[in-house]
Amino acid sequence: MIDEDFTKSLLQKHSYLTQQDSVDWVTFECVPEKLLSFVESLRDTEGFEILVDLTAIDHGEGADFRYSTVIHLYSLVQRGYLRIHSTCTDNDKPEMPSVSSIYPAANWHERETFDMFGIHFSDHPNLKRILMWDEYPHFPLRKDFPLAGIDTPLPADDVVEVTQASVEPAPMMGGPFVSSNSGSMSDSEPRAKDESWTEKKEKPV
Amino acid sequence: MGFACFKRLVRNKHMHMTASDVAYNGKVEGDVVVTRADAVINWIRQHSVWPMPMGLACCAIELMASAASRYDISRFGMEVMRFSPRQSDCMIVAGTVTYKMAEVVRRIYDQMGDPKWVVAMGACASTGGMYRSYSVMQGVDNIVPVDVYVSGCPPRPEALLDAMMKLQDKIGNESSVRNLRKTSAGAVK
Ligand code: SF4
Repeated sequence: MIDEDFTKSLLQKHSYLTQQDSVDWVTFECVPEKLLSFVESLRDTEGFEILVDLTAIDHGEGADFRYSTVIHLYSLVQRGYLRIHSTCTDNDKPEMPSVSSIYPAANWHERETFDMFGIHFSDHPNLKRILMWDEYPHFPLRKDFPLAGIDTPLPADDVVEVTQASVEPAPMMGGPFVSSNSGSMSDSEPRAKDESWTEKKEKPV
Repeated sequence: MGFACFKRLVRNKHMHMTASDVAYNGKVEGDVVVTRADAVINWIRQHSVWPMPMGLACCAIELMASAASRYDISRFGMEVMRFSPRQSDCMIVAGTVTYKMAEVVRRIYDQMGDPKWVVAMGACASTGGMYRSYSVMQGVDNIVPVDVYVSGCPPRPEALLDAMMKLQDKIGNESSVRNLRKTSAGAVK
Protein backbone atom coordinates (compact mmCIF):
# COMPACT_ATOMS: atom_id res chain seq x y z
CA MET A 1 0.00 0.00 0.00
CA ILE A 2 1.21 3.45 -0.81
CA ASP A 3 0.35 5.16 2.47
CA GLU A 4 1.98 7.59 4.83
CA ASP A 5 4.30 4.96 6.30
CA PHE A 6 5.55 3.97 2.90
CA THR A 7 6.14 7.60 1.95
CA LYS A 8 7.99 8.27 5.20
CA SER A 9 10.22 5.25 4.77
CA LEU A 10 11.13 6.33 1.29
CA LEU A 11 11.93 9.86 2.46
CA GLN A 12 14.16 8.39 5.18
CA LYS A 13 15.96 6.03 2.83
CA HIS A 14 16.62 8.71 0.24
CA SER A 15 17.61 11.92 1.92
CA TYR A 16 17.70 13.97 -1.31
CA LEU A 17 13.94 13.50 -1.85
CA THR A 18 11.30 16.06 -0.99
CA GLN A 19 7.60 15.41 -1.06
CA GLN A 20 5.41 17.65 -3.18
CA ASP A 21 1.77 18.56 -2.72
CA SER A 22 -0.47 16.44 -4.89
CA VAL A 23 -4.20 15.84 -5.07
CA ASP A 24 -3.94 12.25 -6.18
CA TRP A 25 -0.78 10.13 -6.02
CA VAL A 26 2.28 10.60 -3.89
CA THR A 27 4.74 12.91 -5.65
CA PHE A 28 8.46 13.25 -4.98
CA GLU A 29 10.85 15.88 -6.17
CA CYS A 30 14.14 14.23 -7.07
CA VAL A 31 17.38 15.91 -8.10
CA PRO A 32 18.57 14.84 -11.58
CA GLU A 33 21.87 13.39 -10.31
CA LYS A 34 20.05 10.90 -8.08
CA LEU A 35 17.21 10.10 -10.47
CA LEU A 36 18.73 6.92 -11.90
CA SER A 37 19.64 5.34 -8.56
CA PHE A 38 16.28 6.30 -7.06
CA VAL A 39 14.27 4.88 -9.95
CA GLU A 40 16.37 1.74 -9.97
CA SER A 41 15.80 1.16 -6.27
CA LEU A 42 12.07 1.71 -6.76
CA ARG A 43 12.03 -0.97 -9.41
CA ASP A 44 14.26 -3.47 -7.61
CA THR A 45 13.26 -3.08 -3.96
CA GLU A 46 9.83 -1.42 -3.88
CA GLY A 47 8.16 -3.34 -6.70
CA PHE A 48 7.43 -0.53 -9.14
CA GLU A 49 7.77 -2.65 -12.22
CA ILE A 50 5.90 -0.53 -14.75
CA LEU A 51 6.82 2.82 -16.20
CA VAL A 52 3.48 4.27 -17.21
CA ASP A 53 4.43 7.65 -18.52
CA LEU A 54 7.33 10.00 -18.94
CA THR A 55 6.79 13.56 -20.06
CA ALA A 56 7.89 17.13 -19.34
CA ILE A 57 6.55 20.50 -18.29
CA ASP A 58 7.52 23.88 -19.68
CA HIS A 59 6.97 26.38 -16.89
CA GLY A 60 7.21 29.36 -19.24
CA GLU A 61 9.91 31.76 -20.24
CA GLY A 62 9.92 33.73 -17.00
CA ALA A 63 10.46 30.76 -14.71
CA ASP A 64 13.77 30.29 -12.88
CA PHE A 65 13.86 26.67 -13.89
CA ARG A 66 11.91 26.39 -17.08
CA TYR A 67 11.81 22.65 -17.76
CA SER A 68 11.09 19.67 -15.60
CA THR A 69 10.29 16.05 -16.31
CA VAL A 70 7.60 13.89 -14.77
CA ILE A 71 7.73 10.11 -14.43
CA HIS A 72 4.78 7.95 -13.45
CA LEU A 73 5.50 4.50 -12.11
CA TYR A 74 3.00 1.82 -11.23
CA SER A 75 3.38 -1.07 -8.85
CA LEU A 76 1.27 -4.19 -9.20
CA VAL A 77 2.30 -5.21 -5.67
CA GLN A 78 1.52 -1.87 -4.02
CA ARG A 79 -1.40 -1.27 -6.35
CA GLY A 80 -0.74 2.38 -6.89
CA TYR A 81 1.12 5.05 -8.75
CA LEU A 82 4.13 7.11 -7.82
CA ARG A 83 5.04 10.39 -9.46
CA ILE A 84 8.62 11.65 -9.70
CA HIS A 85 9.26 15.23 -10.66
CA SER A 86 12.77 16.41 -11.57
CA THR A 87 13.85 19.89 -12.56
CA CYS A 88 16.33 20.61 -15.34
CA THR A 89 18.96 22.99 -14.02
CA ASP A 90 19.96 24.52 -17.37
CA ASN A 91 17.27 26.53 -19.19
CA ASP A 92 19.19 26.88 -22.44
CA LYS A 93 20.23 23.28 -22.85
CA PRO A 94 17.87 21.31 -20.61
CA GLU A 95 19.22 17.90 -19.74
CA MET A 96 18.06 14.88 -17.78
CA PRO A 97 19.54 11.41 -17.31
CA SER A 98 17.81 8.78 -19.40
CA VAL A 99 16.01 6.06 -17.46
CA SER A 100 15.70 3.88 -20.56
CA SER A 101 18.45 1.58 -19.27
CA ILE A 102 16.24 0.79 -16.27
CA TYR A 103 12.84 0.88 -17.98
CA PRO A 104 13.15 0.11 -21.71
CA ALA A 105 9.61 1.51 -22.05
CA ALA A 106 11.07 4.96 -21.46
CA ASN A 107 12.94 4.87 -24.75
CA TRP A 108 10.19 6.24 -27.00
CA HIS A 109 8.73 8.44 -24.26
CA GLU A 110 12.06 10.18 -23.95
CA ARG A 111 12.33 10.55 -27.69
CA GLU A 112 8.90 12.16 -27.74
CA THR A 113 9.80 14.45 -24.86
CA PHE A 114 12.95 15.43 -26.70
CA ASP A 115 10.96 15.99 -29.90
CA MET A 116 8.32 18.17 -28.25
CA PHE A 117 10.31 19.99 -25.53
CA GLY A 118 13.91 19.74 -26.62
CA ILE A 119 15.07 18.10 -23.41
CA HIS A 120 18.23 16.06 -23.95
CA PHE A 121 18.30 12.70 -22.21
CA SER A 122 21.92 11.85 -21.57
CA ASP A 123 23.00 8.29 -22.40
CA HIS A 124 19.84 7.64 -24.36
CA PRO A 125 20.61 4.92 -26.95
CA ASN A 126 18.83 6.65 -29.86
CA LEU A 127 17.82 10.19 -29.07
CA LYS A 128 16.24 11.48 -32.28
CA ARG A 129 12.84 12.92 -33.13
CA ILE A 130 9.95 10.49 -33.16
CA LEU A 131 6.93 12.54 -34.33
CA MET A 132 8.29 15.46 -36.32
CA TRP A 133 10.86 14.83 -39.05
CA ASP A 134 14.55 14.85 -38.18
CA GLU A 135 15.36 18.27 -39.66
CA TYR A 136 12.47 20.07 -37.95
CA PRO A 137 14.04 23.02 -36.13
CA HIS A 138 11.43 23.77 -33.42
CA PHE A 139 10.05 22.15 -30.29
CA PRO A 140 6.27 22.37 -30.64
CA LEU A 141 5.13 21.91 -27.03
CA ARG A 142 7.31 24.70 -25.65
CA LYS A 143 5.24 27.58 -24.37
CA ASP A 144 6.69 30.08 -26.84
CA PHE A 145 5.78 27.94 -29.86
CA PRO A 146 2.53 29.09 -31.52
CA LEU A 147 -0.13 26.42 -32.02
CA ALA A 148 -0.52 27.43 -35.68
CA GLY A 149 3.11 26.55 -36.35
CA ILE A 150 6.04 28.42 -37.87
CA ASP A 151 7.08 28.78 -41.51
CA THR A 152 9.46 25.89 -42.16
CA PRO A 153 10.62 24.16 -45.34
CA LEU A 154 9.45 20.59 -45.94
CA PRO A 155 12.17 17.94 -45.68
CA ALA A 156 12.24 16.59 -49.26
CA ASP A 157 13.79 19.06 -51.70
CA ASP A 158 12.62 17.27 -54.85
CA VAL A 159 8.99 17.25 -53.67
CA VAL A 160 9.23 20.92 -52.70
CA GLU A 161 10.60 21.78 -56.13
CA VAL A 162 7.57 20.29 -57.88
CA THR A 163 4.85 21.26 -55.41
CA GLN A 164 6.19 24.51 -53.90
CA ALA A 165 4.73 23.30 -50.62
CA SER A 166 6.07 24.26 -47.22
CA VAL A 167 4.95 24.29 -43.61
CA GLU A 168 2.76 27.36 -43.18
CA PRO A 169 1.08 28.62 -40.02
CA ALA A 170 -2.42 27.14 -39.95
CA PRO A 171 -5.41 29.48 -39.90
CA MET A 172 -7.17 29.60 -36.56
CA MET A 173 -10.55 29.85 -38.28
CA GLY A 174 -12.76 26.79 -37.90
CA GLY A 175 -10.84 25.29 -35.00
CA PRO A 176 -9.10 24.38 -32.81
CA PHE A 177 -11.93 24.65 -30.38
CA VAL A 178 -11.09 25.94 -26.94
CA SER A 179 -13.33 26.59 -23.98
CA SER A 180 -12.58 29.25 -21.42
CA ASN A 181 -12.18 27.87 -17.95
CA SER A 182 -13.80 30.82 -16.24
CA GLY A 183 -17.47 31.73 -16.09
CA SER A 184 -20.45 29.43 -16.11
CA MET A 185 -20.32 26.17 -18.01
CA SER A 186 -23.15 27.19 -20.34
CA ASP A 187 -21.15 30.17 -21.60
CA SER A 188 -17.89 28.33 -21.97
CA GLU A 189 -18.66 25.83 -24.67
CA PRO A 190 -15.72 25.27 -27.00
CA ARG A 191 -15.28 27.96 -29.67
CA ALA A 192 -12.84 28.42 -32.52
CA LYS A 193 -10.11 30.89 -31.69
CA ASP A 194 -10.83 32.97 -34.77
CA GLU A 195 -14.49 33.68 -35.48
CA SER A 196 -13.97 36.65 -37.78
CA TRP A 197 -15.84 34.76 -40.49
CA THR A 198 -18.29 31.92 -40.01
CA GLU A 199 -21.32 30.47 -41.76
CA LYS A 200 -23.19 33.61 -40.74
CA LYS A 201 -20.52 36.28 -41.14
CA GLU A 202 -18.99 36.65 -44.60
CA LYS A 203 -15.32 36.15 -45.14
CA PRO A 204 -13.58 39.53 -45.28
CA VAL A 205 -11.78 40.17 -48.56
CA MET B 1 -21.41 -1.83 -77.21
CA GLY B 2 -20.05 -5.15 -76.01
CA PHE B 3 -16.44 -6.11 -75.92
CA ALA B 4 -16.93 -8.66 -78.67
CA CYS B 5 -17.97 -5.93 -81.10
CA PHE B 6 -15.08 -3.78 -80.07
CA LYS B 7 -12.63 -6.57 -80.65
CA ARG B 8 -14.09 -7.30 -84.04
CA LEU B 9 -13.86 -3.64 -84.88
CA VAL B 10 -10.19 -3.75 -84.06
CA ARG B 11 -9.64 -6.97 -85.99
CA ASN B 12 -11.40 -5.62 -89.05
CA LYS B 13 -9.02 -2.74 -89.07
CA HIS B 14 -6.20 -5.14 -89.73
CA MET B 15 -7.90 -6.89 -92.64
CA HIS B 16 -7.30 -5.52 -96.05
CA MET B 17 -10.33 -3.47 -96.74
CA THR B 18 -11.26 -1.80 -99.95
CA ALA B 19 -13.27 1.34 -100.22
CA SER B 20 -16.41 -0.63 -100.98
CA ASP B 21 -15.89 -2.79 -97.88
CA VAL B 22 -16.07 0.26 -95.73
CA ALA B 23 -19.07 1.62 -97.53
CA TYR B 24 -21.05 -1.58 -97.31
CA ASN B 25 -20.13 -5.09 -96.34
CA GLY B 26 -22.89 -7.60 -95.88
CA LYS B 27 -20.65 -9.95 -93.85
CA VAL B 28 -20.15 -7.60 -90.94
CA GLU B 29 -23.50 -5.91 -91.02
CA GLY B 30 -24.87 -5.49 -87.51
CA ASP B 31 -21.47 -6.17 -85.95
CA VAL B 32 -19.96 -2.77 -86.42
CA VAL B 33 -20.64 0.17 -84.18
CA VAL B 34 -19.21 3.51 -85.07
CA THR B 35 -18.15 5.66 -82.14
CA ARG B 36 -15.49 8.10 -81.00
CA ALA B 37 -12.27 6.76 -79.55
CA ASP B 38 -12.73 9.08 -76.55
CA ALA B 39 -16.09 7.55 -75.78
CA VAL B 40 -14.72 4.02 -75.84
CA ILE B 41 -11.62 4.78 -73.81
CA ASN B 42 -13.51 6.79 -71.23
CA TRP B 43 -16.22 4.17 -70.96
CA ILE B 44 -13.61 1.55 -70.19
CA ARG B 45 -11.73 3.71 -67.70
CA GLN B 46 -14.88 4.88 -65.98
CA HIS B 47 -15.99 1.40 -65.11
CA SER B 48 -12.71 -0.07 -63.99
CA VAL B 49 -11.23 2.46 -61.58
CA TRP B 50 -8.52 0.88 -59.44
CA PRO B 51 -8.38 2.79 -56.18
CA MET B 52 -5.26 3.19 -54.11
CA PRO B 53 -6.45 3.44 -50.49
CA MET B 54 -4.30 6.17 -48.96
CA GLY B 55 -5.84 5.60 -45.52
CA LEU B 56 -4.24 8.01 -43.07
CA ALA B 57 -6.77 8.32 -40.23
CA CYS B 58 -10.35 7.64 -39.17
CA CYS B 59 -11.80 8.29 -42.64
CA ALA B 60 -10.10 5.12 -43.80
CA ILE B 61 -12.58 3.13 -41.72
CA GLU B 62 -15.44 4.56 -43.78
CA LEU B 63 -13.47 3.81 -46.91
CA MET B 64 -13.24 0.19 -45.79
CA ALA B 65 -16.95 0.17 -45.01
CA SER B 66 -17.74 1.33 -48.52
CA ALA B 67 -15.83 -1.64 -49.86
CA ALA B 68 -17.68 -4.13 -47.66
CA SER B 69 -20.92 -5.86 -48.58
CA ARG B 70 -23.37 -3.28 -47.24
CA TYR B 71 -22.25 -0.42 -49.46
CA ASP B 72 -20.41 -2.55 -51.99
CA ILE B 73 -18.23 -0.30 -54.09
CA SER B 74 -17.87 -3.19 -56.54
CA ARG B 75 -21.20 -2.17 -58.01
CA PHE B 76 -19.19 0.57 -59.69
CA GLY B 77 -16.33 -1.65 -60.75
CA MET B 78 -13.86 -0.24 -58.24
CA GLU B 79 -13.62 -2.95 -55.64
CA VAL B 80 -10.07 -3.92 -56.50
CA MET B 81 -8.17 -1.71 -54.07
CA ARG B 82 -4.47 -2.03 -54.65
CA PHE B 83 -1.85 -1.21 -52.09
CA SER B 84 0.71 -0.77 -54.83
CA PRO B 85 0.63 2.56 -56.64
CA ARG B 86 1.84 0.79 -59.78
CA GLN B 87 -1.44 -1.10 -60.01
CA SER B 88 -3.88 1.69 -59.28
CA ASP B 89 -5.09 4.87 -60.91
CA CYS B 90 -7.22 6.65 -58.33
CA MET B 91 -5.74 7.69 -55.02
CA ILE B 92 -8.37 8.06 -52.31
CA VAL B 93 -6.76 10.21 -49.61
CA ALA B 94 -8.77 9.19 -46.57
CA GLY B 95 -7.50 10.93 -43.47
CA THR B 96 -5.28 13.55 -41.92
CA VAL B 97 -2.24 14.47 -44.02
CA THR B 98 0.56 15.49 -41.70
CA TYR B 99 3.50 17.44 -43.06
CA LYS B 100 5.67 14.44 -42.36
CA MET B 101 3.40 12.21 -44.46
CA ALA B 102 2.93 14.76 -47.26
CA GLU B 103 6.20 13.82 -48.90
CA VAL B 104 5.19 10.16 -48.93
CA VAL B 105 1.76 10.93 -50.37
CA ARG B 106 3.35 12.86 -53.21
CA ARG B 107 5.90 10.14 -53.95
CA ILE B 108 3.20 7.48 -54.07
CA TYR B 109 1.14 9.71 -56.34
CA ASP B 110 4.09 10.04 -58.69
CA GLN B 111 4.53 6.28 -58.74
CA MET B 112 1.03 5.78 -60.10
CA GLY B 113 0.82 5.41 -63.85
CA ASP B 114 -1.05 8.00 -65.93
CA PRO B 115 -3.92 8.65 -66.25
CA LYS B 116 -4.63 9.05 -62.54
CA TRP B 117 -7.11 10.79 -60.31
CA VAL B 118 -7.22 11.89 -56.67
CA VAL B 119 -10.19 11.97 -54.32
CA ALA B 120 -9.79 13.99 -51.11
CA MET B 121 -12.04 12.18 -48.69
CA GLY B 122 -13.18 14.06 -45.61
CA ALA B 123 -12.53 17.42 -43.99
CA CYS B 124 -8.92 16.61 -43.10
CA ALA B 125 -7.77 15.65 -46.56
CA SER B 126 -9.70 18.53 -48.13
CA THR B 127 -8.77 21.38 -45.80
CA GLY B 128 -6.91 20.12 -42.74
CA GLY B 129 -10.26 19.73 -41.02
CA MET B 130 -10.32 20.36 -37.33
CA TYR B 131 -6.54 20.08 -37.11
CA ARG B 132 -5.51 23.72 -37.34
CA SER B 133 -2.11 22.85 -36.10
CA TYR B 134 1.61 23.02 -36.72
CA SER B 135 1.83 19.43 -37.86
CA VAL B 136 -1.06 19.04 -40.31
CA MET B 137 -1.05 20.08 -43.95
CA GLN B 138 -4.10 22.26 -44.56
CA GLY B 139 -5.46 20.28 -47.50
CA VAL B 140 -3.81 17.58 -49.59
CA ASP B 141 -4.26 19.80 -52.68
CA ASN B 142 -1.10 21.56 -51.53
CA ILE B 143 0.89 18.65 -52.89
CA VAL B 144 -1.28 16.66 -55.33
CA PRO B 145 -3.98 17.80 -57.78
CA VAL B 146 -7.39 16.80 -56.40
CA ASP B 147 -10.30 15.87 -58.69
CA VAL B 148 -13.14 15.41 -56.20
CA TYR B 149 -13.49 16.66 -52.61
CA VAL B 150 -15.82 14.93 -50.19
CA SER B 151 -17.16 16.86 -47.22
CA GLY B 152 -17.81 15.25 -43.85
CA CYS B 153 -15.94 14.15 -40.77
CA PRO B 154 -16.01 11.36 -41.64
CA PRO B 155 -18.11 11.23 -44.81
CA ARG B 156 -20.55 8.34 -44.84
CA PRO B 157 -19.83 5.61 -47.38
CA GLU B 158 -22.72 6.92 -49.48
CA ALA B 159 -20.90 10.24 -49.76
CA LEU B 160 -17.78 8.48 -50.98
CA LEU B 161 -19.81 6.50 -53.50
CA ASP B 162 -21.37 9.76 -54.66
CA ALA B 163 -17.90 11.22 -55.08
CA MET B 164 -16.78 8.20 -57.06
CA MET B 165 -19.81 8.60 -59.35
CA LYS B 166 -18.87 12.24 -59.83
CA LEU B 167 -15.37 11.08 -60.67
CA GLN B 168 -16.84 8.69 -63.24
CA ASP B 169 -18.69 11.61 -64.82
CA LYS B 170 -15.48 13.56 -64.88
CA ILE B 171 -13.57 10.69 -66.49
CA GLY B 172 -16.38 10.38 -69.01
CA ASN B 173 -15.82 13.95 -70.19
CA GLU B 174 -12.07 13.77 -70.64
CA SER B 175 -10.38 14.22 -74.01
CA SER B 176 -8.46 11.01 -73.57
CA VAL B 177 -6.98 10.81 -77.04
CA ARG B 178 -5.71 14.35 -76.95
CA ASN B 179 -4.37 13.78 -73.44
CA LEU B 180 -2.24 10.93 -74.75
CA ARG B 181 -0.01 13.48 -76.36
CA LYS B 182 0.35 15.50 -73.19
CA THR B 183 3.43 14.87 -71.13
CA SER B 184 2.65 14.50 -67.47
CA ALA B 185 3.18 17.71 -65.54
CA GLY B 186 6.19 17.86 -63.25
CA ALA B 187 6.67 14.58 -61.44
CA VAL B 188 9.13 14.01 -58.66
CA LYS B 189 11.98 11.95 -60.08
S1 SF4 C 1 -12.15 14.19 -41.58
FE1 SF4 C 1 -12.74 13.54 -39.53
S2 SF4 C 1 -13.03 11.32 -39.72
FE2 SF4 C 1 -11.84 11.99 -41.49
S3 SF4 C 1 -9.72 11.73 -40.92
FE3 SF4 C 1 -10.29 13.82 -40.40
S4 SF4 C 1 -10.91 13.73 -38.25
FE4 SF4 C 1 -10.92 11.65 -39.05
